[in-house]
Amino acid sequence: MTTLAKPARTARPQTGAPSPRGSYRRLGDLKIALFFIAPAMIGFIFFYVVPTIRGVYLSFTEYSILGDPEWVGMDNYTAIAKDPLFWNSLAVTGQYVFLNIVLQTALALGLALLMHQVAKSTLVRGALLLPYLMSNVIAALLWFWMLDYQIGVVNQFIEWAGLPRVAFFGSEEWAIPTQAVINTWRHMGYTALLIFAGLQAIPGHLYEVAKLDGASAFQTFRKITVPLLRPVLVLVLVVTVIGSFQVFDTVAVTTQGGPVNATRVIQYYIYQRAFTESDFGYGSAIAVILFLILALVAFIQMKFLKGNESDLD
Amino acid sequence: MKKSLGAVAVAAAIALSLSACGGGGSSAESAKGEINYWLWDANQLPAYQQCATDFQKANPDISVKITQRGWDDYWSTLTNGFVGGTAPDVFTNHLGRYGELAENKQLLALDDAVKKDNVDVSKYNEGLADLWVGQDGKRYGLPKDWDTIGLFYNKGMLASAGVTEDQMKNLTWNPEDGGTYEDVIAHLTVDKAGKRGDEAGFDKNNVAVYGLGLNGGGDSSGQTEWSYLTNTTGWSHTDKNPWGTHYNYDDPKFQNSMAWFAGLADKGYMPKLETTVGASMADTFAAGKSAINAHGSWMTGQYMGYKGLEVGIAPTPVGPEGKRASMFNGLADSIWAGTKKKDASIKWVEYLASADCQDVVASKAVVFPALKASSEKAAEAFKAKGVDVTAFTEHVKNKTTFLYPITDNTAKVKGIMEPAMDAVVSGKAPASSLTQINEQVNALFK
Repeated sequence: MTTLAKPARTARPQTGAPSPRGSYRRLGDLKIALFFIAPAMIGFIFFYVVPTIRGVYLSFTEYSILGDPEWVGMDNYTAIAKDPLFWNSLAVTGQYVFLNIVLQTALALGLALLMHQVAKSTLVRGALLLPYLMSNVIAALLWFWMLDYQIGVVNQFIEWAGLPRVAFFGSEEWAIPTQAVINTWRHMGYTALLIFAGLQAIPGHLYEVAKLDGASAFQTFRKITVPLLRPVLVLVLVVTVIGSFQVFDTVAVTTQGGPVNATRVIQYYIYQRAFTESDFGYGSAIAVILFLILALVAFIQMKFLKGNESDLD
Repeated sequence: MKKSLGAVAVAAAIALSLSACGGGGSSAESAKGEINYWLWDANQLPAYQQCATDFQKANPDISVKITQRGWDDYWSTLTNGFVGGTAPDVFTNHLGRYGELAENKQLLALDDAVKKDNVDVSKYNEGLADLWVGQDGKRYGLPKDWDTIGLFYNKGMLASAGVTEDQMKNLTWNPEDGGTYEDVIAHLTVDKAGKRGDEAGFDKNNVAVYGLGLNGGGDSSGQTEWSYLTNTTGWSHTDKNPWGTHYNYDDPKFQNSMAWFAGLADKGYMPKLETTVGASMADTFAAGKSAINAHGSWMTGQYMGYKGLEVGIAPTPVGPEGKRASMFNGLADSIWAGTKKKDASIKWVEYLASADCQDVVASKAVVFPALKASSEKAAEAFKAKGVDVTAFTEHVKNKTTFLYPITDNTAKVKGIMEPAMDAVVSGKAPASSLTQINEQVNALFK
């Protein structure tokens, strides 16, 4: 997923007048700081900064990987603007993100409250995290077989219940909701854990005061829990929305964009254009657009939900 | 994250390729040592391992390392290998892919070697050797095998429906009423109450056994799905083959055939496309959900291998022009242009294309080798196993085959056609929608 960089604080001790040793000390700190930062920095530069810059460059070229990139200016971007499959991928991804995030956040919040107030056993809390410990591909394949139209166990139960079988992955109406629910199942335990950590940070005396004042459970939740949980919820939303936009593995191992174009999500479309159709310039251009969309979404969330301020201070 | 990883792989590959340029080496060095060989079909691995062992005995200073990679990763790993300098010296190549590789100068032209070593390309089954001559007139592969399409059928179901093997051998088809092919398919379809597809009161929404199985929409080629029907009407995928520059999905002959095909699902004689995502067509056939499956000759081993299932193979139906039709696809071995073991690789490719190796492949009865003489041996090997493969071989004998459509931009054509054909076969779009799709496809060639 994404790492949110926190602003680094300078650990330099506050001294009054600059002493003769000051500059020496700063330099000494710099060396040690660089030493400690280096492993992460090298990884960041080689695996994030360089590829990102190269990706942006490639988005202005026509490049089939086997030849040399050829500069075409804005051609890829103007072609994308007119590409119905690109707009389709945005709509499909939007549908997926909406279903996935609404379900996942609501369920995770409920689970977190249960963990906080009811299920205090470590075993139960640990069990909630189990689906998250499974790889995405395994989870997707597992459900792919269980939900199979012909030989899936779920459809067998549906038939016994006297209902018609459902083509969970094969029908255009069901394919995206099915995958959104599978990934909700996989991620909600982990999301619940993050929210749970936020709940634990709320001082217990606030609840006691509320109780003394005769507040109902719902009032306590609305007036104390939600406002004080807001920074954590915003962080969780930013991280999960970005992750949700990048859905790929579930689609790649099950429907591969189909039926028709019902699951051709944006990441899969990028992969298809770049790696299957050897159109790396076009693929890079869509990737750049996705990058901008995600930056904008994260910015809006942080700005309007005031994610970087806490009401606890 | 995916994006960055991909970009890194590309960036790293570029860096490697810059340092890996050159290659070649002196001819003494290039004639000995280890060469790498890749193929994707695990069923064929034992046969080619045997070839490698025999080859090493005859050429003690060359060793062959065979790597089998699944079809899904094969091409992307190969492409990364070309860029990164780690591609195999020799690899199994596909008609749908080699045009692009040749154009990007990744394949070694074999003309000089073929001339020098007197390889007789007329010994291969007709047309196979010509498929591997690129647009520039140079040869980029020596043929190794071929495949055609046939109808696998469940003998038990046919017997209980009273359909004879003679009937199966003499099926006719046309896009208007489907001919006797549709009659048989309808009769073999049974609903949950036991009513057959051609009886009154048949419930098309509760079908237990479909007359015809469905593999998928068939994307651009329809190799096993519909090309054995559409191409009996005189229609062909492209203006010429190989290296056509115009696709013909707008032809009414093609669209009528597709309308008939999609109609089968609507009548309840063939499963709906949405129900075929997941379990493979062969497995659902084995589970008794379909009576006839049109599939490729390379699937013979799998169909015959299901325990307790009696399977027969019938030729594809005769079309409106009085002839059968089957796509004729062939694989070949190619040499990577960047190989450091050029002379040894040429020796290995020529050995793979020779009777010595192809007879070994034939004896394993998994696939039909490209050499005419070896093909016959393979048919005998199948017979010895109790499998009659004349349904496949008679297409070649009677010259009722047409070639896999070879053009530029095949990956992009597939990218456009896959969703379009899915929409038609699932009944979401009429066959006439392909006219507009065809314009998109042909725009790739402008």
